[in-house]
Amino acid sequence: MIPATNPAPLPLRERRPRTPRELARRGAIWLALVAGAAVILLPFAYMLASSLETNGQIGQLTPQFIPQPFEWGNYQTVWQSLPVGRFFVNSLIVAGAITMGQLLTSSLSAYAFARLRFPGRSLLFALYLATLIIPFQVTLIPNFILIHYFGWHNTYQGLIAPFVSSVFGTFLLRQFFLSIPIDLEEAALLDGAGHWVIYSRIILPLARPALAALLIFSFLGSWNGFLWPLVVVDSEAMKTLPLGIIEFQGQYTVQWNLLMAGAALSVLPVLLVYLAAQRYIVEGIALTGQGGR
Amino acid sequence: MAAPAPRQTLARRLAGGQPSYRRGDGRAAILFLLPGFVPFLLFTVLGVLATAGLSLAHWDLVASPRWAGLDNYKALFDDDVFRQVLRNTALYALGVVPISTGLALLAAVGLNLRLRGSLALRAAYFTPYITPLFAAALIFQWIYDPRAGLIDSALYAIGVAHPPAWLNSTTWALPALIIFGIWQQIGFSIVLFLAGLQGVDRSVQEAASVDGAGRWATFRYVTFPLISPTTFFVAVITTIGSFQVFDQAYVMTSGRFSPDNATNTIVGYLFQKAFVTANTDYGLPSAVGWLLFLLVFAVTMLQFGVQRRWVHYD
Repeated sequence: MIPATNPAPLPLRERRPRTPRELARRGAIWLALVAGAAVILLPFAYMLASSLETNGQIGQLTPQFIPQPFEWGNYQTVWQSLPVGRFFVNSLIVAGAITMGQLLTSSLSAYAFARLRFPGRSLLFALYLATLIIPFQVTLIPNFILIHYFGWHNTYQGLIAPFVSSVFGTFLLRQFFLSIPIDLEEAALLDGAGHWVIYSRIILPLARPALAALLIFSFLGSWNGFLWPLVVVDSEAMKTLPLGIIEFQGQYTVQWNLLMAGAALSVLPVLLVYLAAQRYIVEGIALTGQGGR
Repeated sequence: MAAPAPRQTLARRLAGGQPSYRRGDGRAAILFLLPGFVPFLLFTVLGVLATAGLSLAHWDLVASPRWAGLDNYKALFDDDVFRQVLRNTALYALGVVPISTGLALLAAVGLNLRLRGSLALRAAYFTPYITPLFAAALIFQWIYDPRAGLIDSALYAIGVAHPPAWLNSTTWALPALIIFGIWQQIGFSIVLFLAGLQGVDRSVQEAASVDGAGRWATFRYVTFPLISPTTFFVAVITTIGSFQVFDQAYVMTSGRFSPDNATNTIVGYLFQKAFVTANTDYGLPSAVGWLLFLLVFAVTMLQFGVQRRWVHYD
């Protein structure tokens, strides 16, 4: 931060000496940002602390952030009193299938929109884009009726089908495919390669960052899905994690230590994915202005 | 928000009418589009059209549908609860949109100074947005607990004898939802603002400060107008999201939207009418769905209209 010791010429704003007033100002801003972040993270700390309290501690009127002793048994109680494992696996299957489906259908459609010439292409793409503003809840009832007619209540197909294609994903990938230079493909075409080969051997490997962003959005979006499972599932065996935890809420209305252990079990996997893939998530949002919800 | 421009050669080839070296693209296109197009047609296009159609009918899925004209819409506007959920949803948007957008702009300007640890801070602000809504709502239901929850027990501790009963109070339940909404939304808006701020050419700001503009003047007359497209975009996205609020209201009230529908929303009402009420008529909730669509559509159009007047694109 001391310019004189640095031989390399720095941009103008870096070179300007910092007055004490300037430093104090920056310090104040930093403190305000840290305080804001602490407020944002406080509920998570409260969740973890509460999840480790005993039944006696949780009812006390003074909030505690360090339970004594740590009651790890709460997690065991939650895990045993409900088929949480089953809910977890259901969520994993549904979110996994939706994610794979969206990656496949979106990348195929995006290839067609970015690389193939066919009549009505711009019109069709405009139709896709226009539907981006339709909230999912608007189509909730017809989708429910459709699933009803397919007989897909309480099935994985019912949970998965409405989400296997994604306009958002198609848009994201098309934009990315357009930015890939076409020269490689021209060479491949001259060698007699078909579109499938170009799509799978050239485009997909080059589009890895965009595919990663879509993968994370799809996964988080479907893992967090609530309204649709609530509508198409009521059997215990088919419940996804959110529905399972909500059922738990009905059973243990005042046992907040157990409920917080349940919340922690559903939040932690998502936080791990987030920490591992933060860069893709943030870049994907900045690129498209949407988060795949 | 815009992707990098496609290469000229490609753009020309795709846009131009000259015969391509590729033959049979039409057939390939069908094969590539079909897997995505079928679900898109069934669940989105058909869905929207069916919602519009159903909103003009009575149908319980057992007997055949009956034509209803505008009866469902009349019934909706005669229903006090529906008027209440419209008001609740509007108040929710009025609370969440300006506050979360304003705070996010402040935080983004601060984070953009690249002070120590600003990447970690950005990650912290963004955490609520990726947290499953139902789980976050469960945490806040506990935080809002009027007896031993975090807020009220802290208020008791500092001597407040009658702190708000939050989710149990008709006055405080909606503010409780709004506070949650701001907490949940802010990180997403910050990320969009940071992207906008990074697109601002620093030399313009430098020029303003060389010309003697103070920090506030530089922000007010240079930076803020330059990022106004982002501000608008954030406001539109947040407003549309606010109209769709459901999960948190459902979870925090255990599906009751209590007390007295104080936390009920447009989507909550749709859900109740379609999936909770006995002897369902799917026409009425479809009318709710169609109104939601019109609302979202109108806001999008309105905001794009206003945008043309005061948003500056350079």
